[in-house]
Amino acid sequence: MIELKYPYDEKSIRALKAGDAVSITGIIHTGRDKFHKYFADGGKINVDFKDGALFHCGPVVVKNDGEWKVVAAGPTTSVRENPYEPKFIADSGVRIIIGKGGMDKATLEAMRKYGCVYIQAVGGAAAVSAASVKRVQGVDFLDEFGAAEACWHFEVEGFRGVVAMDANGTSLFERIESLSREKYINIVNKSR
Amino acid sequence: MKTVDKILALIRDTSSSLPEDVEKAILAAMRREEKHSSAKMILKTIIENCELARKNSTPLCQDTGTLTFFVDSRLRNKVNRKVISEATRLATVKGYLRKNCIDSLDGKSYDDNVAEGAPVIHYVESESKDSKPTVTLIMKGGGSENMSRQYSLPDSTLGAGRDLKGVEKCILDAVVKTQGYGCAPGILGVCIGGDRATGYEIAKEQLLRNLGDSSKDSCLAKMEKTILKKANSLGIGPMGLGGKTTLLGVKIASRPRVPASFFVTIAYMCWAARRRTVVI
Repeated sequence: MIELKYPYDEKSIRALKAGDAVSITGIIHTGRDKFHKYFADGGKINVDFKDGALFHCGPVVVKNDGEWKVVAAGPTTSVRENPYEPKFIADSGVRIIIGKGGMDKATLEAMRKYGCVYIQAVGGAAAVSAASVKRVQGVDFLDEFGAAEACWHFEVEGFRGVVAMDANGTSLFERIESLSREKYINIVNKSR
Repeated sequence: MKTVDKILALIRDTSSSLPEDVEKAILAAMRREEKHSSAKMILKTIIENCELARKNSTPLCQDTGTLTFFVDSRLRNKVNRKVISEATRLATVKGYLRKNCIDSLDGKSYDDNVAEGAPVIHYVESESKDSKPTVTLIMKGGGSENMSRQYSLPDSTLGAGRDLKGVEKCILDAVVKTQGYGCAPGILGVCIGGDRATGYEIAKEQLLRNLGDSSKDSCLAKMEKTILKKANSLGIGPMGLGGKTTLLGVKIASRPRVPASFFVTIAYMCWAARRRTVVI
């Protein structure tokens, strides 16, 4: 397991290869549909994403004794952000995008150009993901976007995932998909 | 214990604890995967997640899904819609369930997860009069439900004809198309034949079966075994990132069809296969 610590510098991000298991410690910010739309429409975001991480996640967060506590924080499907992500990567300087299911070729190309990786979190593992959030630093757009879509700032320790798209233009999803399709064709043509 | 409390406990336990056979299958799969592989790491994380959720009685997946109850028809009065609705409301307040029920017209949330037709309740005939009456709950998340599919044979794009070879092509095609999305390793419930609606119903019911069993029909039992083997040879692996474990089980049933129709229906279930039965 490769340890990644904030700030996630370009050199260590570019050294990652599709298939590497990683553990992240530091700051990650959540952002999903409304966040991306707002950004694409020219909205201003006062969050420093330079050498940072963006998590496609709609967490369940509750307030206990004045402190935010994350109850569940699994990844959401990333393809919906395809139209916005290349520009976001170019403009924000983000180094890590965490989500589920992977993203398109244009995003992969932006990752190669600017030095960014896509990390697949373990889908459904909401309890483990939530447990790795040690503190909620704050939240932006809570009123505007609602709790599930707001931009939360999490301090995580040992947040696990797998590099699925690296900064060399390799997508593990693409590779596994084409291999499995080849195997599928062999199997169905062979079986009687 | 009042009936409402029994149903409430059933919801809590279903949401926070995987069935023993599913957890065992994930553990066995974890041991099979290569050392230091992403597949092994993912399965290990899933196992830790299950232990943590059970210990804290919190949802093991944030998508607490559609609640479907199968109630012995002898319990029709005791475990009626009012009782199940009240238990569901309480379970939501206690945080066993996410606010997960949206009005399809205005997009607003039913904050107690109770609405017309929600939860889903089926009253079923018991197999024998001597058995104790039970209630079974299955919770199926949206990510997995989105991956369920229905094929109509013949299917020219797949080159699938109206025979068992064609059926197999459809089932394996569904596995290939699901990669990366429905959180693998998953379980397939399949119905061969029937009409469109019963196809989905019977396919989903197969997900209630224990992973260790096999169909009583020898032809279907053989299919379950060979399709599981073939699916796991595709190399898709946990979360679609490669590995030996794409499916934990395949459960198939068949129903008669009319001459004009030949449906193959696949209910995909993610690894968070939450189902549980209690005697009332």
